[in-house]
Amino acid sequence: MELRLENLTKIFTNKNGQETKAVDSLDITIESGTLVGLLGPSGCGKSTTLFMIAGLVKPTTGKIFFGDDDVTKLAPEKRGIGLVFQNYALYPHMTVFKNILFPLENMDVPRDEAFERVKAMANLVGIGELLDRKPSQLSGGQQQRVAIARALVKKPRVLLLDEPLSNLDARLRLQMREEIKRIQRETGITTIFVTHDQEEAMSISDKMVVLDFGKEQQYDPPQDMYNSPDNLFVAKFLGNPPINSFEAEVKNKKLIINEKPFMQVNIPDGLYDVGMRPENFRVKEDGFQTTVKEIFHIGRDTMIHFDFNGKNVRALVDSESINDKQKTVNLTIKTERVYLFDKQTGKVVNHG
Amino acid sequence: MGNLFKNAKRFLIKIGNVIKNIFWNIRRILNNYKRKISNFLDKKRLNPAGKFPGWAKALLYLSPALIVLAIFTFWPIINSFALVVYENYNMSNNTITGYTLFGNFIRVLTDESFIVPASHTASSAVINTLIIVFISVPISIFLALAISVALNSIKPLKSFFQTIYFLPYVTNTIAIGLVFAYMFKTDGGLVNEFLSFFGIQTDGLSWVESNAVYWRSMFVLIFYSIWASLAFKIMVFLTSIQGIDKQYYQAAAIDATPKGRIFSKITVPLISPMIFYITVTSVIGAFKIYNAIVALFGVTGAPPGVSYNLQSIVMYIYQFIDGSNAGNLSVAAAGSLILFAIILVLTIVQMQVSKKRVHY
Ligand SMILES: Nc1ncnc2c1ncn2[C@@H]1O[C@H](COP(=O)(O)OP(=O)(O)OP(=O)(O)O)[C@@H](O)[C@H]1O
Ligand SMILES: [Mg+2]
Repeated sequence: MELRLENLTKIFTNKNGQETKAVDSLDITIESGTLVGLLGPSGCGKSTTLFMIAGLVKPTTGKIFFGDDDVTKLAPEKRGIGLVFQNYALYPHMTVFKNILFPLENMDVPRDEAFERVKAMANLVGIGELLDRKPSQLSGGQQQRVAIARALVKKPRVLLLDEPLSNLDARLRLQMREEIKRIQRETGITTIFVTHDQEEAMSISDKMVVLDFGKEQQYDPPQDMYNSPDNLFVAKFLGNPPINSFEAEVKNKKLIINEKPFMQVNIPDGLYDVGMRPENFRVKEDGFQTTVKEIFHIGRDTMIHFDFNGKNVRALVDSESINDKQKTVNLTIKTERVYLFDKQTGKVVNHG
Repeated sequence: MGNLFKNAKRFLIKIGNVIKNIFWNIRRILNNYKRKISNFLDKKRLNPAGKFPGWAKALLYLSPALIVLAIFTFWPIINSFALVVYENYNMSNNTITGYTLFGNFIRVLTDESFIVPASHTASSAVINTLIIVFISVPISIFLALAISVALNSIKPLKSFFQTIYFLPYVTNTIAIGLVFAYMFKTDGGLVNEFLSFFGIQTDGLSWVESNAVYWRSMFVLIFYSIWASLAFKIMVFLTSIQGIDKQYYQAAAIDATPKGRIFSKITVPLISPMIFYITVTSVIGAFKIYNAIVALFGVTGAPPGVSYNLQSIVMYIYQFIDGSNAGNLSVAAAGSLILFAIILVLTIVQMQVSKKRVHY
């Protein structure tokens, strides 16, 4: 089922009349059966967006459509969604089994089938042995998996996951990530997956939305977003190690770095923010000469630190291509991997 | 003028800060001394904290409460065990005719109007009390739950209604009883007026006055005790319902849970420790009912001209202290111990039941 947000806005007003714009005019269409990652820093309005789709928070303005139905005013229980809360919200007085069974009890599922589905789902998320325990007797990661099972067991039309993997260890996280992706593929449930972990979002999403201060920054498939970010915020938010950014001038269609022309650019003269991802640098004889400040060997790759216009810049290059004694190193980077952003708006000016 | 006010305010804030600073420094100095003293004692191996065991300290801190309890609670309890073995105790000249182990208990248990209704009456103290306990406690708990859930769900005028429901708690029991007696008056009472408004024949329909039928006066008594005990229960339930994390209701809404199931599967279990507490204390309270009966029917515990009595167990006990049989404290003590035993057994039963039903 397609999910459409139209000009969705939420303004919280506290007692002294102070207003917080938690979500700001979101216009997003999520195609049926896709998994969309909702990504952004803490406090950017991810949970609020999810709660509005779930019907737990009333939008200040804007509309929400499930398919062709306007559900903006519909009560949460009529929307047929599954929601994994950021802090699980497991019923503390019920066992794991009862917790997962609870949504099925409210539906007209035959008893045998309901029990069967609970057990199958519990095994799927790997908590099959814990069915008799109370939530307080589980670790954070186990509780999280119970919450996922409870949301999935009723086969919702839309699945909303609010940072569902934040409490798992790295290995389990990877495993659950694949599991969620697989379940989502198999069932074809339209899914929104909230996270502040860009790597997780990139690996699981068909498409990603990046939010900042409640505003949509970009809505694209992960790789497209990574390779052609719309603005400096998105560029900085994606990638690990993060993108290098520094200020540079364009003079006569030439980008000036360390008082030397670095490359040809086809934009008006002026000051710009430049972004270059560390992994896009290559060591090459005829490259741009840089003075090495520090070298770190990290396994297969080597990290070089140097200055570009007074800012520390990192390059991640092949260990083979450099030795420790080198004082200078010549680097190149492909033109389309250099991002220039407007100083005022932050928008990219040499891409798209 | 505005400037003056602003300056005055700034001045007050400054003074406030100075005072807070003084207190802060006093605490620092005291802490410093405390540390020095304790270091000194440690060095000399004199630290009292190390010398006294934990329970001695606990006893010291508990002693004020323990002393008060000992004088007004423990001593009377011990005393009633002592009293109960006296035979034919006479308070006025403090004489006994001998000692007996079970005599006073047997006297109470076989007494007319304690368990077995006396020949000319239709009820006994135990029957009356049990009826009151087993009807008024469940009804009042259920009503209080329903009202608290309703109060919790309304938005406008919330605190107004909370105040309304809390008013009986701060009103004198005797005064409420008199108001009730007035409401249930035969001639011109509110209830009879109301009933006749619907065409019911109310001429001589007596509730609490002469010739009232047993079940009618009992109804008024139960109605009264439910109403009088509602306020406290509502307050306790409402507070604990308000303490339930909102996210459980959000999760329930997402799972399309019907209202009744939200109440029975989420609200009730989550406040079950409070429900248990209220049940135990209300059962005990209802067993000790006294004020309400006196307020409605006077010290005789019966409307004039009727052949029954609405006496409760506690009223039965009191008659040996200042009532018709004044003076025989041994019998009163035996009655108290029987009441104590009944309450003890019921409380143990409730605790056993609660092990399965209460979620902490
Ligand atoms: N009930 C509320 N009343 C007032 N302000 C709120 C309320 N809920 C959220 N906010 C504010 O709205 C903004 C967005 O909150 P939200 O919970 O959606 O952030 P988030 O993106 O989910 O963050 P996180 O990653 O930390 O969970 C925050 O600035 C927050 O302070
Ligand atoms: Mg959140």
